[in-house]
Amino acid sequence: MTTTASAAPARVFGSGIRRREDPRLLTGTARYTADFVLPGMAHAAILRSAHGHARLRGVDTSRAKKAPGVIAVYTGADTASVLKPIPCAWLIPNSDLKAAPFGPLATDLVRFVGDAIAVVVAESEYQAYDALELIDVDYEALPAVVDPQKAAAPGAPQLHAEVPGNVAFHWTVAGGDIEAAFNSATVVIRDRIIQQRLIPTAMETRGAVAQFTPATGELTLWNTTQNPHIARFILSIVTGVPEDRLRVVAPEVGGGFGSKIAQIQGDFVTAFCSMKLGLPVKWIETRSENYQSTTHGRDHVQQVELAANKSGQILGLRCTVWAGMGAYLSTAAPGIPTILHGLMLSGAYNVPAVKEDVYGMYTNTTPVEAYRGAGRPEATFILERLLDLLAHKLQMDPVEVRRKNLIPPFDNGHDVVTGLKYDSGNYQRTLDKALEHIGYDKLRTEQAAARMKGRYLGIGVTTYVEICGLGPSQVAGAVGFQGGLWESAIVRFHPSGKVNVFIGASPHGQGEETTFAQIVADELGVGVEDVKIVHGDTDNTPMGWGTYGSRTTAVGGAALAVATRKIKEKAKLLAGHLLEAAVEDIDYSDGKFFVKGFPDRHKTIQDIALMANVAWNMPQGMEAGLEASSFYDPPNFTFPFGAHVAVVEIDPVTGHVELKRYVAVDDCGPQINPVIVEGQVLGGVVQGIGQALWEGAVYDSNGQLLTGSLADYAIPRADLLPDIEVLSTVTPSPHHPLGVKGIGEAGTIASTATVYNAVIDALQPLGVVSIEMPLTPERVWRAIKHAKGRDNDTQPVA
Amino acid sequence: MRCSVTISVNGRPYHQEVEPRLLLVHFLRDAGLTGTKIGCDTSQCGACTVLLDGVSLKSCTTLAVQADGASVTTIEGLAVNGELTALQDAFWASHGLQCGFCTPGMVFAAHEILRSNPRPSPEEIRHGLEGNMCRCTGYQNIVKAVQTAAADPRMAQTGARR
Repeated sequence: MTTTASAAPARVFGSGIRRREDPRLLTGTARYTADFVLPGMAHAAILRSAHGHARLRGVDTSRAKKAPGVIAVYTGADTASVLKPIPCAWLIPNSDLKAAPFGPLATDLVRFVGDAIAVVVAESEYQAYDALELIDVDYEALPAVVDPQKAAAPGAPQLHAEVPGNVAFHWTVAGGDIEAAFNSATVVIRDRIIQQRLIPTAMETRGAVAQFTPATGELTLWNTTQNPHIARFILSIVTGVPEDRLRVVAPEVGGGFGSKIAQIQGDFVTAFCSMKLGLPVKWIETRSENYQSTTHGRDHVQQVELAANKSGQILGLRCTVWAGMGAYLSTAAPGIPTILHGLMLSGAYNVPAVKEDVYGMYTNTTPVEAYRGAGRPEATFILERLLDLLAHKLQMDPVEVRRKNLIPPFDNGHDVVTGLKYDSGNYQRTLDKALEHIGYDKLRTEQAAARMKGRYLGIGVTTYVEICGLGPSQVAGAVGFQGGLWESAIVRFHPSGKVNVFIGASPHGQGEETTFAQIVADELGVGVEDVKIVHGDTDNTPMGWGTYGSRTTAVGGAALAVATRKIKEKAKLLAGHLLEAAVEDIDYSDGKFFVKGFPDRHKTIQDIALMANVAWNMPQGMEAGLEASSFYDPPNFTFPFGAHVAVVEIDPVTGHVELKRYVAVDDCGPQINPVIVEGQVLGGVVQGIGQALWEGAVYDSNGQLLTGSLADYAIPRADLLPDIEVLSTVTPSPHHPLGVKGIGEAGTIASTATVYNAVIDALQPLGVVSIEMPLTPERVWRAIKHAKGRDNDTQPVA
Repeated sequence: MRCSVTISVNGRPYHQEVEPRLLLVHFLRDAGLTGTKIGCDTSQCGACTVLLDGVSLKSCTTLAVQADGASVTTIEGLAVNGELTALQDAFWASHGLQCGFCTPGMVFAAHEILRSNPRPSPEEIRHGLEGNMCRCTGYQNIVKAVQTAAADPRMAQTGARR
């Protein structure tokens, strides 16, 4: 590569280059788990419980075993002696946490619709599903409970004998003097918020292909996972196959949004079948099966109250949350309504006192897990909802109330009441930018004029701060996470100067094959096209904890940056040796190592890579090769933030909500690839809008999932949305080697509350103060009808 | 019972003995053309959209026997020697995909929009995409991709056929 000093190329860091992932995805040549076909492969289909809660009096597989093409049928009686229960990996301390055993196949009781009962292995997929119909299950139906608050009531059906009262854990966060806050308050605002249960709906369902080789005892699992190394760890625990003989491959993965973090029943059952039969076995969920058996998200009942003084200053926030956990505790589930939620309760504001009680409740529903935002949307919503109610109560503008309480700008640490230290923030700047862009003052004028004409325009404004870049492993351990939270990268120069990077994280649509190549190109002056990022296969990547919580770039990107800097240090030493200069006299610029003051006396990084690889002339004691690895454990979390504004119009006759405009201003620090950042915001915002307006998993009182297919569960469609206007500010993280913070979840964290507040704002003249999400036309219409004629009291009844 | 079918896929004939109930999408995937995806079981998501005799179709809504004698184009049949068509290139240029799972179906939904309306408005594009679901992009950059393709002179030359 030749570059001249005069024509400095545009910096690749910060450039919106095209994604290198895309050609394979656009041509149908990418391979997802379902696309793998192995010689002799058999197909598995899993029988799911049709009841929310039932005793299994008998499972008769005799007819199924005789069906055409059937190789084997297994039930819990077969797996119980081989597979261990699926472990929960986030055991929150000081919460009396009780993790009930979660069998890969149920034995005596089923506890949710979708609980796995039996598996058929057949020569073809169609034959496997045919045979599934021939399994006779004798259920003794038991009373079920699906609402997390009702599960806590005396006399509620009990899910697990060892968990009295269905309380999986009770966790508390407290900071400041909450009693004094409420005692001195002149205004107290209360609300009851239902953060409805959501179904993540990654377009690719879950599935696995397992290949066990009896002769060697080796097991390979191609798996739809966001974290292959965690998958291997847990798979090893459950199957007993030692980690060194276990290989987990996350091939192309079709989105996750949290639903591919946990190891689920089907993964273990598929592995079991392969181990038992010595054949490769494939299991791919149908969508309806996915809705029943793969993890859900949210599901909080929140009783919240805010203490303030009459000038609108927040004094304290007190909450009780009943968090539905489903029938079992999924891999990371207990950490979500606690660490990722409770610790973020004070948001972007000065909140002197906070107290929250979280009851994790077992219910006869699909287990919950992280779902995009995971805990933080549920926290953001509380504050943003209460601040709007406070503003209304005090007859203040919602923006004014926020401005009164925002934490002033800081660039190197700010302690908040929950015990966290935010890294950097300038919340006013994002708010100002959002308001200016949307023309807030003018909008309020328009709104007033529209109201005069009987039109219901609404404006919602939200600021948020989120916790990302999980996180220091020491903290992970202290809060009961049964793993580390560092990330890793290996940077390997080949003799030709081309680079392979091996990372422990496992992106699945976020574009790190591109952005990580940009990091390497920027740090070492190689062409971005000369860097290939390898991920997803535990056999050829270093240990890493996975892609979730907006952490891949925030933690894995840091690992990569550190590794490239180690490369640079070694290259400098070697350059000094080759140029016969002291290392102190070697400077680096744009891929070249040169003698200070003599730019012509230089070695390119490619020269160095070649010499290091052939090793003909190395300094005394220097090892051959140009390769470096880093295991990066961050000193703190990162805290991205932003401000969003939505404008809606409601048709009071039909209750239809039209989203007219949406402005997002997010700050994730320096952007490696602004096009990809924008893409993350766009997708995230729309997912949050989905929660506000359309999405909700509905169970009946027996635990039947009524929204059990894509025909019944409404994810956003193209024709329902306006163009989202995406802007940003840049506030670097002080502790991150590249200053970056993470952007995967930002949009979702802000947009649900923003749209919700806009709808309620629109309906203020009608006296509507609260509507349960999703804000479907029917619910909005009912709220309007209900509110009409009622006293226009702003304080909802708790 | 098995039926003999011949379906031309991407210009190559595939002769198979199939069960009458076999869905076209399974026929294609069993033939090794796994670029066509399955994202649901109720014909909502559109990930399996292909062209049947030049018209877009959710291949989970058709039996293989119904496609006997027809010509099918799948995502594998678009780019020649790795060279993307104008439409594929527009998705790339517009960041119109993230995880890529809905993308093959989206490309053919976009193809159908442009086939019936070479200069669609953003609203028309959004309406045309309503039968295809994407969970990553929020659709905006897919709309942009269709607009970009519509403005690409290559679209007029090669037509939406390729």
